[in-house]
Amino acid sequence: MIPELGHFSLIVALCLAIILGVLPILGAARNNSVFMGVARPLAYGQLLFVGLAFAALANAFLSNDFSVLYVAQHSNSQLPGQYRFAAIWGGHEGSLLLWALFLTVWTAAVARFSRHLPEEMVARVLGVMGLISVGFLMFMLFTSSPFERLLPAAADGRDLNPLLQDPGLVIHPPMLYMGYVGFSVAYAFAISALLGGKLDATWARWSRPWTTVAWVFMTIGIALGSGWAYYELGWGGWWFWDPVENASFMPWLLGTALIHSLAVTEKRGAFKSWTVLLAIAAFSLSLLGTFLVRSGVLTSVHSFAADPKRGIFILSFLVLVIGASLLLFAWRAPKVGLGGKFDMLSRESLLLSNNVLLSVAAASVFIGTLYPLFMDALGYGKLSVGPPYFEAVFVPLMIPMVFMMGLGPLARWKKMAVPDLARRVQWGFAGALVLALLLPLVMGKFLSLESNKWSPMIVLGLLMAFWIIASLVISLRQRWRGQGAFMQRVAKQSLSYYGMQLAHLGVALFIIGVTLVKGYETERDVRMNVGDTVMAGGYEFRFNGVTETQGPNYVAGVGHVTVNKDGKLVGELTPEKRQYNVSGMPLTEAAIQTGVFRDLYVSLGEPIPESDGAWAVRVYIKPFIDWIWAGSLLMALGGLLAVSDRRYRIHKKTVSGSQSEGAAS
Amino acid sequence: MKPRQKRAVYIVLAIAAVGLAVGLVLNALKDNVSLYFTPTQVFNKEAPQDRSFRIGGLVEEGSIRREKDGLTVHFMITDLHQKLPVVYKGILPDLFKEGKGVVAQGKMEADGLMHASEVLAKHDENYMPPEAADALKKAEAANAAAAAASAVAPAAK
Repeated sequence: MIPELGHFSLIVALCLAIILGVLPILGAARNNSVFMGVARPLAYGQLLFVGLAFAALANAFLSNDFSVLYVAQHSNSQLPGQYRFAAIWGGHEGSLLLWALFLTVWTAAVARFSRHLPEEMVARVLGVMGLISVGFLMFMLFTSSPFERLLPAAADGRDLNPLLQDPGLVIHPPMLYMGYVGFSVAYAFAISALLGGKLDATWARWSRPWTTVAWVFMTIGIALGSGWAYYELGWGGWWFWDPVENASFMPWLLGTALIHSLAVTEKRGAFKSWTVLLAIAAFSLSLLGTFLVRSGVLTSVHSFAADPKRGIFILSFLVLVIGASLLLFAWRAPKVGLGGKFDMLSRESLLLSNNVLLSVAAASVFIGTLYPLFMDALGYGKLSVGPPYFEAVFVPLMIPMVFMMGLGPLARWKKMAVPDLARRVQWGFAGALVLALLLPLVMGKFLSLESNKWSPMIVLGLLMAFWIIASLVISLRQRWRGQGAFMQRVAKQSLSYYGMQLAHLGVALFIIGVTLVKGYETERDVRMNVGDTVMAGGYEFRFNGVTETQGPNYVAGVGHVTVNKDGKLVGELTPEKRQYNVSGMPLTEAAIQTGVFRDLYVSLGEPIPESDGAWAVRVYIKPFIDWIWAGSLLMALGGLLAVSDRRYRIHKKTVSGSQSEGAAS
Repeated sequence: MKPRQKRAVYIVLAIAAVGLAVGLVLNALKDNVSLYFTPTQVFNKEAPQDRSFRIGGLVEEGSIRREKDGLTVHFMITDLHQKLPVVYKGILPDLFKEGKGVVAQGKMEADGLMHASEVLAKHDENYMPPEAADALKKAEAANAAAAAASAVAPAAK
């Protein structure tokens, strides 16, 4: 009964979404306040009913209702409780429901926190989000309902893919989806601004915090996914340029560009058309990501069973969204105007250049990801584009970007003289360069490697990271200099300034992590008999054999590996080789000892036949790898700090002063 | 600078940037695309000899053999019509099994073996890499066509 109620709730939600997508937008066009007034209640109603549907599915999973097909496919009575809940988004139908749930959460949040916006703006934004919701709910109801019954009911379920039975999976998809769907808010704001014909600094100010919050979720989601791949896939890599990783990375790159472009639009009124275009593109790529993942056209950990009907539906939806938005853009953008003027060297021009570089980077990832699809569709046969492509294209684009990223916060708006800027940064740059040249000379010794390794790539990577830090220090010194109490000057700077610098520091840490782990990692695949030792990066790994244990829904062989350094015990690592009871699937569970400067990583390959308990063992030393995720976390924290800035909560004064009705509420 | 000159500089810079990006992309694509072949195509010498490519199919039953070091593995990839010997040194993915789908990337060497640099297996029990599925389908079709041709040929005589 409850699953049917869930299905029914989805139908009610679809009806509400259709009304939400039509009436308020009509009302805004005709200035009909009754039509506009229904937007908020409808947004809350939509959340209620999609929430009910989600609760119904959660109930089916937690109560092991295997008469529901989706539950029978993705769960099992032996599955631990938290994974039964996470299994809701372990497959195609449920993850769509999560998508829809988040969309309604964002819609309701906009309804709740937009009291200060003009009524017709709210009506349009909620209306556009309602239309997106119509698309997704229809998709679910017509092609992929999670509530379909399985009659007669299965005795037990087929179990969740063991790779997904992990705490990382409990939070990675929800975070990422919050990000994906969050860009719909920026998109809805852009479309409403186009519809209303009022693209000004106030629009940018309203749209900014939403965009940044979505970006924060996405940053955390991607970082979690990368962390999950690192410890769960057992290869010790943290990024594979897998098509689905790329699908989340492209909107992230454009979202990053969008945040910066919105800043310029808010502060200087410039780049308006560009900002609108970015908002459209970022959301379109989020949809494309959903298409790539859900339609099964790509080979990846993430692709679920393919069904051509679904692919065609999402593709049509995508074409409709992109086509309609671009048409609207072409029709309305000429009226928008170009906005404030700026000089060749100014903060605007630096931000614009970085916007272009980020977009080009996103485009190159796009080409590499979709090239095999196009070639296959055109009948040139199947092929694949490897990670070296992405590295060869991505890194050269990021070098000028990071250089300008250091200059940006130091440059003045509108106009800046070259010698002036050069004088400000010369010592910082020189310091970063000297440090980057010298540090590799001692790095090998620091990480107790056999030899010091000095390579141009390491120097370049370190230079970029130190350059960002140097620029940060210069900027802080400038801001904190002056008369009077020091703490007062520190407190006087806005939170969004500190947020920006924190996020930039995150980029620096990220670059350090990537550079050092690429430059100094040690990887060994070895055959180990019981009692054998292997040296890697100054550590001695001793293999003490494998014992068997029983997990909640698997049997595991647990390897015992003790690690010594200079004769002292560093720790014992216990990598596992699991065999899941229901699916019979094997799974390698790596053992990792994390540290600030290095991770020790051990995973079990396979037992070697006709031997005395010997195994193939993989031993890695990963220097500074955790800096990659620490850096990503700092970026996210920086974003949070920026949105908590006071100016987004004070609505009395608006930049243009033209929004008097908005200011009154 | 006059506004017009300034605009010209912007446009030149933009074209240069786009040109650079296109150049990078094309160059990188040229070097890093690996084409995919089936065992039958390799048998018919359609696969390149000097560069890396991908091959898909099933791991032939009973073909996995390990060398003494425990890490070097020999196996056959088959599309049920032709097969190709592969050698790989390293730890294989969890789901690498006899009779199951697999994709290998590597180069043909003088010893007639494909030396794989990467071996991918499917991610779960219900899933077959599209390349592997495609190889089976193609071999099936080719065989059917060959059977039809040989059935027709005597009649034509």
